[in-house]
Amino acid sequence: MTNSPSPGAGVEPAATQKGPTNKTAIQPPTTTLRAHAPQVAADRAKRFGSWYYAEHALRVMNGYRWTLLAYSVGNPVMYLFAMGVGLATLVDQNSSDAFGGVSYLAFIAPALLASATIMTAATEFTYPVMDGFKWRRVYYGPHASPLGVHQIVNGYIIAISLRLILMSAIYFGIVAAFGASPSGWGWVAVPVAVLCGLSFGLPLMAYSASVQEDKGQFALVMRFLVTPMFLFSGTFFPLDTLPIYLQWIGWISPLWHGTQLGRMLTYGFPVPIWLAVIHVVYLVVLAVLGWRLARRTYARRLGK
Amino acid sequence: MPNSVTRDYVISARQLTKHYGDFAAVDDISFDVPAGESFGLLGPNGAGKSTTMRMIGGVSQRTSGSLTIMGLDPEQHGPQVRAHLGVVPQQDNLDEELRVRDNLIVYGRYFGLPLSYLKPKADELLEFAQLTDKAKAKVDSLSGGMKRRLTIARSLINEPKILLLDEPTTGLDPQARHILWDRLFRLKESGVTLILTTHYMDEAEQLCDRLVVVDKGKIMAEGSPAKLIREHSTREVLELRFGSERNTTVAAELQGIGDRLEPLPDRVLIYTHDGEAALEQVTARGLHPITSLVRRSSLEDVFLRLTGRSLVD
Repeated sequence: MTNSPSPGAGVEPAATQKGPTNKTAIQPPTTTLRAHAPQVAADRAKRFGSWYYAEHALRVMNGYRWTLLAYSVGNPVMYLFAMGVGLATLVDQNSSDAFGGVSYLAFIAPALLASATIMTAATEFTYPVMDGFKWRRVYYGPHASPLGVHQIVNGYIIAISLRLILMSAIYFGIVAAFGASPSGWGWVAVPVAVLCGLSFGLPLMAYSASVQEDKGQFALVMRFLVTPMFLFSGTFFPLDTLPIYLQWIGWISPLWHGTQLGRMLTYGFPVPIWLAVIHVVYLVVLAVLGWRLARRTYARRLGK
Repeated sequence: MPNSVTRDYVISARQLTKHYGDFAAVDDISFDVPAGESFGLLGPNGAGKSTTMRMIGGVSQRTSGSLTIMGLDPEQHGPQVRAHLGVVPQQDNLDEELRVRDNLIVYGRYFGLPLSYLKPKADELLEFAQLTDKAKAKVDSLSGGMKRRLTIARSLINEPKILLLDEPTTGLDPQARHILWDRLFRLKESGVTLILTTHYMDEAEQLCDRLVVVDKGKIMAEGSPAKLIREHSTREVLELRFGSERNTTVAAELQGIGDRLEPLPDRVLIYTHDGEAALEQVTARGLHPITSLVRRSSLEDVFLRLTGRSLVD
């Protein structure tokens, strides 16, 4: 057996058979249909496996693309109207500079952007994970192919990241259309929001992979993790207006860190540089730890 | 790279063992499968067949022993080994959110196969699996037998030379099973090495050139279906039913007829070279069974002989 990767081999069907007979017999495409050699398959899977799995996940998403798109547009429009226009009229009348001199709309827009990615991550990294291991067992198909477990994990993360990028870009476009992102750096809030979603979603992915049986754990996650985080992370009012014994919720919440960064980017909310660094590092560390842990949990569960 | 011992065999297992805690699911089994053979693991549920299949498939680690597939150790060369295989797992794991044809294409992408190959190949395989008119259907609208055929079609997308089939027809109705057997038989004829587990003796007899009888993680016997029957059973079997109350009591009165007597809760089996003659002896003793049946020995009898239990319980 040769271990040398053969670049180019198998690019075209029927191109993998080496030897002099290769070019002599050209037949209609239906009869010359030939898969490339197993070694080529293994080499390709090794190099591009994560993308192959991402492709699968994206094809599944493509099946309900209109729902996703409608949600991605409808959700921000709804929230921005209700909070940023409706509620803001009252808030702005009563306290003109309670939010550092910007409109209430500008204040909550980056927070809503970051929480949208968290909400999406909270669904994409819970039930579908359970589905992969237990309900429809979709992980076991690719697991029997040349793909490695880490590539299944990476591929799914890639697909969800793409979804979060698209969703955040639309969200930001609508925020900008509402005139709620005066700074020229506002668009950077999009990758920050994606990072924010992953910093919550990836540890959750690791947890979901460890759940053997759904006894309502994911509903509890939504109720006792996501909802309090949404309410107490300086989303609707600055964190320091909360009593000190509740502020810790914000400090440990990826949403608060993501929101503060978003505010800095969209309207120039003053954040000392060291604190900005802490925000970024905190989000990155959570995401990376979650990712490593998810790979370990997946490998253990699939390799039993 | 393949050494001289394993070169002639596509699969070679030596003292293969797998423990889950204290429990030995697979206990020191050895076998070799030459290319093109149809090799079966026959045994009841929990015998260790699926665990063996998962080790061959390169998705489960062994506790000890050695295992090579195409001369490669699946634990060191997992992706390479899996690139050689087509796998039909015991439980279907099709992606029900994708359409029938897309399930094949997506699976082929895992092998890095280009769409220019996959699209016509998917159609070819749907034809083979008799699912052409279902190409655009949702997977959950398929019947059990159709899903099974789709899983088999999916396993062939990379044109594997070795196909692993774990309980391929369990849970299917007789007609669906016969369609599947026909497809598998064609694959066998085209030179694909089939490794299959089953607890159906008729399936083993139809499809396997050679098989091992497995029970409690150990190999009890090995050989072709005909050889196993010849060595472990008689030519014919006389099945007698006296009603569930009387089967065991009547057995005492049947002593001496045939080569061997096997009283079961629902019937009494008499192993003999001539079933009709044995039946005459039974009636000559004044015993009148409710039903009687003379048949050829099957693998079921081999299993019963080797383990004292029946295959399907």
